Amino acid sequence: MASGTTTATRSTSTATRPARGGPVRAHKLLQLNWFGGAAGWVWLGIVLIPLYWIVVTSFKDQGDYFTQNPFALPTAPTAENYRLVIESDFPRYFANSVIVTAGTIIPAVAISFMAAYAIIRGAGSRFLAGVNGLFLMGLAIPLQATIIPVYLLIIRMHLYDSLLALILPSVAFSIPLSVLVLTNFIRDVPKELFESMRVDGATEWDMLRKLALPLTRPALVTVSIYNGLAVWNGFLLPLILTQSPDKRTLPLALWTFQGQYSVNVPAVLASVVLTTLPIVLLYAIGRRQLLSGLTAGFSR
Amino acid sequence: MVLPALVMFVVFGVVPLVGVLALSFTEWDGLGPIHPAGLSNWRSVLSDPTLLHSILVTFEIMILSWAVQTPISLLLGTFLAGRQRYRAFLAVLYFIPLLLSSAAIAITYKALLDPNFGLGPGLHLDFLTQDWLGQSNLAVGVVVFIVSWQFIPFHSLIYQGGVRQIPTTMYEAASIDGAGRVRQFFSITVPQLKYTIITSSTLMVVGSLTFFDLIFVLTAGGPGDATRVLALDMYKRGFMSNQMGPASVIAVFLVLLGLALALLLRRLGGSTTASQQEGA
Repeated sequence: MASGTTTATRSTSTATRPARGGPVRAHKLLQLNWFGGAAGWVWLGIVLIPLYWIVVTSFKDQGDYFTQNPFALPTAPTAENYRLVIESDFPRYFANSVIVTAGTIIPAVAISFMAAYAIIRGAGSRFLAGVNGLFLMGLAIPLQATIIPVYLLIIRMHLYDSLLALILPSVAFSIPLSVLVLTNFIRDVPKELFESMRVDGATEWDMLRKLALPLTRPALVTVSIYNGLAVWNGFLLPLILTQSPDKRTLPLALWTFQGQYSVNVPAVLASVVLTTLPIVLLYAIGRRQLLSGLTAGFSR
Repeated sequence: MVLPALVMFVVFGVVPLVGVLALSFTEWDGLGPIHPAGLSNWRSVLSDPTLLHSILVTFEIMILSWAVQTPISLLLGTFLAGRQRYRAFLAVLYFIPLLLSSAAIAITYKALLDPNFGLGPGLHLDFLTQDWLGQSNLAVGVVVFIVSWQFIPFHSLIYQGGVRQIPTTMYEAASIDGAGRVRQFFSITVPQLKYTIITSSTLMVVGSLTFFDLIFVLTAGGPGDATRVLALDMYKRGFMSNQMGPASVIAVFLVLLGLALALLLRRLGGSTTASQQEGA
């Protein structure tokens, strides 16, 4: 897609102006922006230097860490730090994080999708407009501010110190953004398609499954990744709603591990690498979805 | 079909929202019974100078991080809007900090900025060798830097999407009129992005009210109370001093602040929405 644009720039801008210069063409005049280019490369450095440092340091032993240049490669790379992290129960924390994340996004995305579908199909209904307004209000409110009543609620439901205690509020907190993004996408499905399906005798459920679902799949993936990230990296809910070590999720485990081994920086950084690695791998697979869906969801 | 989402959101979103107001008029240590306490929490919190301090710190971090992130994100977003392959590749790399948990980021920077064994002493760079987290002003600066490091990529992508929606004809007309790139940036790109700027700013500003994890792990509010933002103030009162009543008062402030800021930014955006949509 990018090839050939460089040579074409000059000729098109001097030639007759195209009647419909779609947004796709905006790039042609944005080239040679050297200041932006310089900023782009500087920013790359700012992003990558700490990341590089985390990775190299995690393979050093403590002696190397204290004496070596911070950016030098380890003289004798060691996996000892990783062994320590894995032996500190991280596989269990990893499993907890997977359970909480999957247990949150699957129901959250499903019910948000149904809600978004109902809101778009029922446009004109006062009740649905009110519900939508309620969800939108949720975007403006820092939901963490409601943590004390949530804590009370979880205690009263006898769910304190369980993984379900993390899942339920996480589902609720994911709804506002999910509904917002999904309604934006379902709105783009042509009304005629719904009409023709209805004429053929389809129920709303059929339309939801056979029409809206396939057409909004990219948005569903985006919303899942986005919420998944927020839950995977969540810290406040596990901090407040759980207590026993065997209920810890990764971010909380990182924090306690750091408290225990604060002197052993390479080991602490190995724990950072290990907890981030699965996300980076998922990102490598699903990045196109995430990045394009993100801009589509917010840049309207 | 809207019901399951509505029920979940009401139970774990709306009820707690009302509950937080109710709890602000009670006395509760987090374990025992809850007693009504009238206005005493409000009186004690409002007369406590830490509240004002927390509000000021919250605004300080909010405004500084907005002022740092917005121009850089705009610039990077405009840059990333070009469709060259390497720019797409850069965007992929930029996004990595957003994958890390705030806890992981805080832990990393704590080690990186350590005055004895961090990057500064390791590279023998004096300007990097400071007690970054031990001095009030520096600690606030560090928080702002880390927030920018973490979130600028996200906002750049929002701007990237916005820039790509600007019609090319506007730039063509401007270059025929002899406007240079800088001029085009300020006369076309920035005004056309007004609506996107509002969206991004809203996310930044409301998001800044929830920088709890980062600050909690990085400084726990310190040194002294230098980075004790409202969210941290709420946590410390509620879950460390076991005073849920006063903590709920702080939570009410957080909710009102979030709503007020979102409405304010929306109003700012309202007048520009129509013209933006006409243009796009």
